[in-house]
Amino acid sequence: MAAEAKVDPMHQFAIEPLFGSGNWAIAGHNVAFTNSALWMAIATLALVVFVGGGLKRETVPGRWQMAVESFTGFIDNMLATNVGPAGKKYVPYIFSLFMFILFANFLGLMPLGVFGVHPFTFTSHFSATGVLSVLSFSIVLIVGFAKHKLHFFSLFVPHGTPAAMAPAIFVVELISFLVRPFSLGLRLFVAMMAGHVLLEVLSSFVISGGNAGPILFAVAGLPSFVLMVGICALEMLVCGIQAYVFALLTCVYLNDAENLH
Amino acid sequence: MDAEAAKLLGAGLAAIGAGLASIGVGNVFAKFLEGALRNPGAADGQQGRLFIGFAGAELLGLLSFVIAALLIFK
Repeated sequence: MAAEAKVDPMHQFAIEPLFGSGNWAIAGHNVAFTNSALWMAIATLALVVFVGGGLKRETVPGRWQMAVESFTGFIDNMLATNVGPAGKKYVPYIFSLFMFILFANFLGLMPLGVFGVHPFTFTSHFSATGVLSVLSFSIVLIVGFAKHKLHFFSLFVPHGTPAAMAPAIFVVELISFLVRPFSLGLRLFVAMMAGHVLLEVLSSFVISGGNAGPILFAVAGLPSFVLMVGICALEMLVCGIQAYVFALLTCVYLNDAENLH
Repeated sequence: MDAEAAKLLGAGLAAIGAGLASIGVGNVFAKFLEGALRNPGAADGQQGRLFIGFAGAELLGLLSFVIAALLIFK
């Protein structure tokens, strides 16, 4: 019997410095160019190429321009329905956010391991998604306070709240407001991480089932493989949904900042 | 029971939360479909709300996953 092959499902999330940049430092802080940074750069590059290819501004759009325009139209529509006319100025931000997360999720799911390149899903790290959500949250805060000054605090006391209930409602609404950046970043990171761990665990069933002999391979390995194909399709759906949900919730929070309620 | 065993048991118990969240997510989409089939004209306009509900239900399941992961790896 072959040696027990131990598959470590968490190894795929390990961050490693690349190109011998392990001891680059600025003011005592390590700024190594990691695999996470590399895949962020690749996602950005892919996004720039994708959008750049659609900027021909032809009257009769070709396929590529149509693809880009359908994405911008989608984001434009999302902001129009959730924020209203005031949402128009956020289209560039929401579009970049949505497309960056979408490209990152899909790049991490690409079967490039077949060619020996192991993609790294940087959206499976809270440090990456947390920064994105803090960015969204600080835009909400800045816009809210710049536009409504201290009147922004009326967000925490909805219209028609009885005076006796107001202090309790204020505390509850304040907590739910302050939890937003965490829940926003946490959702994306956990959804991506859980999916990748699941795929890794299923693949370890296939491999160790195959190593343990033909009977176990037929009983455990093959069904796991079929399930894995299905889960892969599900993961592609999750990639899209998570990017959409991140952009949508940012729109909803921006609506609070723009229009109060 | 030593602490390590209790941790792993706790992680397993946290997985119940993930299962319950799947019921919640199923409920969100089932009710949406139910309403959408009754009034297909209004369905498209409510997709944003559908996904907000989905995100809320899903987050609680993901939180239980985080708790399980923390119990196992920390």
